[in-house]
Amino acid sequence: MYGLWRVIVKELFQLRHDRKMIPVLVAGPLIQMLALGYAANTDVDRIPTLLVDQDRTPASRALVDRFTGSGYFALVGAVATPDQVEPWLVNGSAQVALVIPGGYGEDVAAGPAGHPPRVQVLADGTDANSAVVGLGYASRILAEVGAELARRPATAGAGRTSGSSATATAAGGIELVPRVWYNPDLKSRWFYVPAVLAMVLMLVVMMMPSMAVVREKEIGTLEQIIVTPLAPWQLIVGKLAPFVVIGLVDLLLATGLARWLFGVPLRGSLTLLVLLTLLYLLNTLGLGLLVSTLVNTQQQAMMFSAFVVMVPMIYLSGLIFPIENMPHPIQIVTYAVPVRYYANIIRGIFLRGSGLAALWPDALALLGIGTLLLVLASRRFRKSLD
Amino acid sequence: MRPNKVRAVAVKEFRQAARDPLTLAMLLGLPTMMLLLYGYALNFDVRHIRLAIEDRDKTAASRDLGAAFVNSGYFDLVADLPAGADLERLTERRQAQAILVIPETYGRDVAAGRTARVQLVIDGADANTATTVLGYASAITAQVDVEVGRSHLVRSGGAGGGGGAGRTSAPLAPIDYEPRVWYNPELKSTQFLVPGLIGFILMLIAVLSTALSVVREKERGTMEQLRVSSLSAGELLVGKTIPYLSISLAATAIILLAARVLFGVVVRGSYLDLFAVTLLYLVGALGLGLLVSSVAESQAMAFQLGAATSMLPSILLSGFIFPIRAMPVAVRALTYAVPARYFLVVLRGVILKGAGLAPYLADLAFLLVYALVVLGLAFARLTRKEV
Repeated sequence: MYGLWRVIVKELFQLRHDRKMIPVLVAGPLIQMLALGYAANTDVDRIPTLLVDQDRTPASRALVDRFTGSGYFALVGAVATPDQVEPWLVNGSAQVALVIPGGYGEDVAAGPAGHPPRVQVLADGTDANSAVVGLGYASRILAEVGAELARRPATAGAGRTSGSSATATAAGGIELVPRVWYNPDLKSRWFYVPAVLAMVLMLVVMMMPSMAVVREKEIGTLEQIIVTPLAPWQLIVGKLAPFVVIGLVDLLLATGLARWLFGVPLRGSLTLLVLLTLLYLLNTLGLGLLVSTLVNTQQQAMMFSAFVVMVPMIYLSGLIFPIENMPHPIQIVTYAVPVRYYANIIRGIFLRGSGLAALWPDALALLGIGTLLLVLASRRFRKSLD
Repeated sequence: MRPNKVRAVAVKEFRQAARDPLTLAMLLGLPTMMLLLYGYALNFDVRHIRLAIEDRDKTAASRDLGAAFVNSGYFDLVADLPAGADLERLTERRQAQAILVIPETYGRDVAAGRTARVQLVIDGADANTATTVLGYASAITAQVDVEVGRSHLVRSGGAGGGGGAGRTSAPLAPIDYEPRVWYNPELKSTQFLVPGLIGFILMLIAVLSTALSVVREKERGTMEQLRVSSLSAGELLVGKTIPYLSISLAATAIILLAARVLFGVVVRGSYLDLFAVTLLYLVGALGLGLLVSSVAESQAMAFQLGAATSMLPSILLSGFIFPIRAMPVAVRALTYAVPARYFLVVLRGVILKGAGLAPYLADLAFLLVYALVVLGLAFARLTRKEV
């Protein structure tokens, strides 16, 4: 036990000696958290919209008002014909064009018996995400307007459409009352900030230990430690323990930022969050140690942990892209990615206020994979010492 | 600046890079891996939403509504709940992402032509998915609403007339809505990803490799040896950056080739324009790498600084994944200092829209100014240290 203590003390001394690393280990994650937290926002509103109103009737103006009134679309200009749209989309000054062909007003006035009124929406698809959301909003608005139009004559009887038709919200019809739980305003930031926390922890508590071990290899001090009477496990635990402390400090700082700066509610228990994060750290440390046994230089350690381990794991964890949307074979692969379980845990505790009753399968998976990784990495590490 | 000296340094750097095949393989393999991930695994198309239905009405009308959700293809029915089920338990365990609650009075209200309210509970923990689910649900409800309204119309023999029963069963959309997407009609993320990926990978290779290669020489003490040689600072730095310039260009070619072979993404504009703007962007990136190397003293620090100043901004603040418009004003102001922001606009124009460089002169000017400022700063710092 004493030997173990000496290794921990040595690591802490080394950290203190390496003054510039302390800000990197603490301030780095905070800056990442701030940058990511502020930038990561996919709420799409006020989409710059170009108007092509070839109809110019009260009905077409009412439709335009529905678009701008929704808050999702903001008019940036108007042109007379659809062929004038292109330059606006090419230089990005408009992302969507709303085209109302001539005859729209007449078709609306004719009611459901006549020709259905036509509306066209052109979207710049180069940013596919925004385009999907924008078109979704457009179809929602048009569906609502269409439903009102269809219902109108049924209740108004055979009465020919008068000027008041646009305002007459008829009785009847089906009204969908949505209730969004856990995030009623659908703020995408609430979705991303916990994800950022998981990434930041991984960056610090996987990459840093792998570099610390490889650094000793590079400088040649690892051999000096090996000839001391330390047992390999003491060496491993001693080298990794300080990073657990750093990870927990980062967790608390990041949680504070999420809670107080970004306004993400922490509905579950902080103690549970800390405990389950410890299980997550088992995994990141195991991965870090494993990487350190696979590479020879610090540069390789960084690149390997960043690009071969972190990037794919984050993408396949559901932190950003929902796992349900992936093809089935890849969904199976995600079960091997520990971040997947931590993503459930962190969102569960922050947003849903879940307790262990709902999260125990994820906790168990983290414990299992983490132990496996650590055992595997330690064995490789010990072999590399011999 | 003497060309043969520059060449000597470049050759030395090339050899050093070739001696680390693992790093080289990672640098050149990463773009393809990311492209594969994005192309096959990652997308925001939301399907197979786990839906539970609590039908308290159990009439033909309520069953029709439920069927409309399931038949839309977006929802998978996971549970038929009895009245008064514990909904929270379902969402908390993520067994259901959305729960449709149809009240007892639904069938009667619909038949009587009164407003029928149905409730949809959505798990908002994933805000993006929830937004999409809400959109689908409103569209489906509106569609059902129209069908119900039309059957009323026929039954009451109101307006229109004619048509006959056969026509009413075909759901006619009340508004003929025609969405058209330009440049990327299928809204594939690979299309918009390719430019972003090029911007990111170039920054990564150019900044990190350059910075690490200079700092490594500092760490090992070989920098002093180079300084006492007859090389001027300019020769040393130009020679050191040439290999990374070549690796970056090779990576660009790999991305374009892979995107074409795997996903059929074709460059619609001219390759010359593409090359010109890429070179301009790279010069700025290499300058940033040198600037980082003049500040950092260890490789770990160079990596952290390089990641913070190049990788993160070119992913987060460039409009690659997150739209710049959605950012708070202060962050949006910050994006003006990120070269990837301008590069991405031009790349998307050239690759996807088939545009020339003419519409993007302002963006190109920004890139040029950025490159000059960063290079100037880096040279000033690095040469001052030498004295």
